[in-house]
Amino acid sequence: MNDQATPEVVAGGSKRTAPPPIERIPVLRWVRENLVSTPFNAAVTAICLIGLIYFLPGFIEWALFDAVFVTSDHKVCRAAEGACWAVVGEKHRPMFFGVYPYEEHWRLIIAVLIYISAIVITMMPKFWSYRILVPAWIFTLVSTLTLMWGGFLGLAEVDTSQWGGLPLTMILFSGTLVIGFPLAILLALGRQSNMPAVKAVCVVFIESLRGVPLITILFVAVNVFPLFLPQGLEFDKLLRVVVGMAIFFACYEAEVIRGGLQAISKGQYEAAEALGLGYWHIMIRIILPQALRICLPGIVNHIIAAFKNTSFVLIIGLFDILTATTAVMQDPEWRRFTLEAYLCVGLVYFMFCYALSKYSQLVERWLSEGKRF
Amino acid sequence: MSDQSTAEPVIQLVNLNKWYGDFQALCDVNITINRGERVVVCGPSGSGKSTMIRCINRLEHHQKGEIIVDNIELTDNLKNIEAVRSEVGMVFQSFNLFPHMRVIDNLTLAPMLVRKMPKADAEEIAMQYLERVQIPEQAYKYPGQLSGGQQQRVAIARSLCMQPRIMLFDEPTSALDPEMIKEVLDVMVELADDGMTMIVVTHEMGFAKTVADTMVFMDKGEIVEIASPDVFFTKPKSERTQLFLNQILTH
Repeated sequence: MNDQATPEVVAGGSKRTAPPPIERIPVLRWVRENLVSTPFNAAVTAICLIGLIYFLPGFIEWALFDAVFVTSDHKVCRAAEGACWAVVGEKHRPMFFGVYPYEEHWRLIIAVLIYISAIVITMMPKFWSYRILVPAWIFTLVSTLTLMWGGFLGLAEVDTSQWGGLPLTMILFSGTLVIGFPLAILLALGRQSNMPAVKAVCVVFIESLRGVPLITILFVAVNVFPLFLPQGLEFDKLLRVVVGMAIFFACYEAEVIRGGLQAISKGQYEAAEALGLGYWHIMIRIILPQALRICLPGIVNHIIAAFKNTSFVLIIGLFDILTATTAVMQDPEWRRFTLEAYLCVGLVYFMFCYALSKYSQLVERWLSEGKRF
Repeated sequence: MSDQSTAEPVIQLVNLNKWYGDFQALCDVNITINRGERVVVCGPSGSGKSTMIRCINRLEHHQKGEIIVDNIELTDNLKNIEAVRSEVGMVFQSFNLFPHMRVIDNLTLAPMLVRKMPKADAEEIAMQYLERVQIPEQAYKYPGQLSGGQQQRVAIARSLCMQPRIMLFDEPTSALDPEMIKEVLDVMVELADDGMTMIVVTHEMGFAKTVADTMVFMDKGEIVEIASPDVFFTKPKSERTQLFLNQILTH
C-alpha cells in the first residue's frame, strides 16, 4: 500500500503498542526479594539453612550411600548402617496386593493397569465425549471386576474379603467418588430447594452425618446395618463400606458445593427462567458449571481427604495398602525395616494426591481460558 | 389506550397488587396492552416499574389481582407459567448472559432445550439474530470478551431466538456507558419498527418519544398516568408527572 503517506501513524502506532520492558531476574535479586527481604525473612531463611545443613547430610547418607537396595537376605540389611530398601523388593507383593492369593496377583496387575489407563483417558479433554467415555468405563468396570472376582472364564473365584492392597484402596476411593459426588450435588441442591420437605431432609442428613466420625459410620455400615436387614438378605461388606464412605464424603462436599451455588447471582436464574428453561436444565446447564468451577479448590481438597480416608478401613478388617503393609511387617526377620516400607507407601499416597492437585490446577486453567467472570 | 385499528389485548393487568413483606410494591395496577403496542414505563426509582414487568413473566409473583398474557392467566400453575415465559422475552439491566458459554451457545441453549430445535437450525436462527443486532463476528467469543453494549445486544438476540411475541425491557441501557447506549437503542427501535409488542422500562426519554405508542408514569406502586407521548410530554394531567418530567428533562 502507500507506505509514504502513513509513516507517522505507523511510528505512533508502534510506539503505543510497544512490548513491555523485559524484566530480568538475576539470581541475586531473586534471593534478595524472596529470602532476605525483611529481618524476619532473613532469620527464617537462616534457621531453615541450619536445619538443612544439620539433617540433610545424615539423611542422604542413610537413604542413599549406606543403604541396601537389593538383597533377599535380611542379615545383609542388619549388617548395613543405612536404610534397607530391599525390604520393599522383598515384600512388595503382599504390601501392594494384600491377602489376595499370591499366584493370582497377575490379575490385579492387569486390572490396575486397565483402571489407571481409564483414568488417564478420562482426564484428557480430547476424550471428553459420551461416545468414548461411556464405553471405556463400562469396559473398565466389567474387565477389572471380572479379573478381581473371577469365578468364570477359568479364573478362580476370589471373595471380596480377600481383596486388598492398592487395588482395594483404589476401589474404595473411586467408589466413594462415583457414589458420593452425585449425592453431594443432590444434597447441595436439596438444601437450597424451595420445597420445605426436601430442604429439611437434606439439612438433617448433612448436619447429623457431618457430626459423626468416619470410623463410627464405617462401624455402623459393617456391624450394625446388617442387623436391620431381614434374614437371608445380605449386602457385600465391601459395598457397605464404600457406601458409608461415600455418604460421609457427600455430606462434606455438599457444603462446599453449596458455597459455590451461593456465589451465582440471582440474575443467572432469572435470565434462564425468562427463557423458559426448567429447573434441571437451569441447574445442569447454567448454575452447576459455574458453581463447581468456583469451588473447585474446595472440592479437590475433599477428594484428596477422601483418598487418605480409605486407610480407615483398617478398623473393620479390610487390608488397604497401609494396613497390608503393617500386617506384612509383622514378619520378625524384616520387622526392623518397617520405616522403609512405610516411606514407600507414603510415596504412593503422595504421588496420587500430588497428581490430583496438579490436575485440578490444570483444570482451573482450562476453565478460565477466554472467560473473565 | 392504543389507537391501533386491530386492538387485540395481549396483556391485561387487573387490580394487580404485590407486597414484599409489609411493603406494598404495587397497588391496584390496571393496564391493557394490545398486540403491537409499544409501551414505555417511567417513574422514579422504587416506583414499582420493574416489579410490574417482572410480574408479567412471573419472575415475581403477585398476591392479588389478575395477569392475563395472551389469554393465559398467570397463577401458580407451572404449565401456564412455562407457556407465558415461552411467549415473553426479557432483557435485563445487567445483561445476565451465561458467562461460561460462548455467545452462540447462549443463543441456541433455550431453543434447543425448550423448543427441542435441532442444533443446526438453532445455530442458523442464532446467526440471523446476531446479524440483526450487528455482531455476527462475535459469535464464538465468551460474553466476558465483549463490551457492555455488545453484551446487551447479545442478550436481546438471545431473547429473540425464542421467537417471543412480547418483549420486556427492564432498564436495558442503565448499566451502559453513554457511547454504548445508542447502539442498544438502535436495535430496540428497529425491533419496534417490526411490530413487536414491547414494554420498556427506561429513562431514555428521546427513545420514548420516537418509539412509544403509550407512555405510562408510575409512582409509589401506582400507575399515575397513561397517555400518548405527545400528550404525556406536552400537557401531562397529573402534577406528579409534571414534576418528574421537569426533573429528568431539564438538565
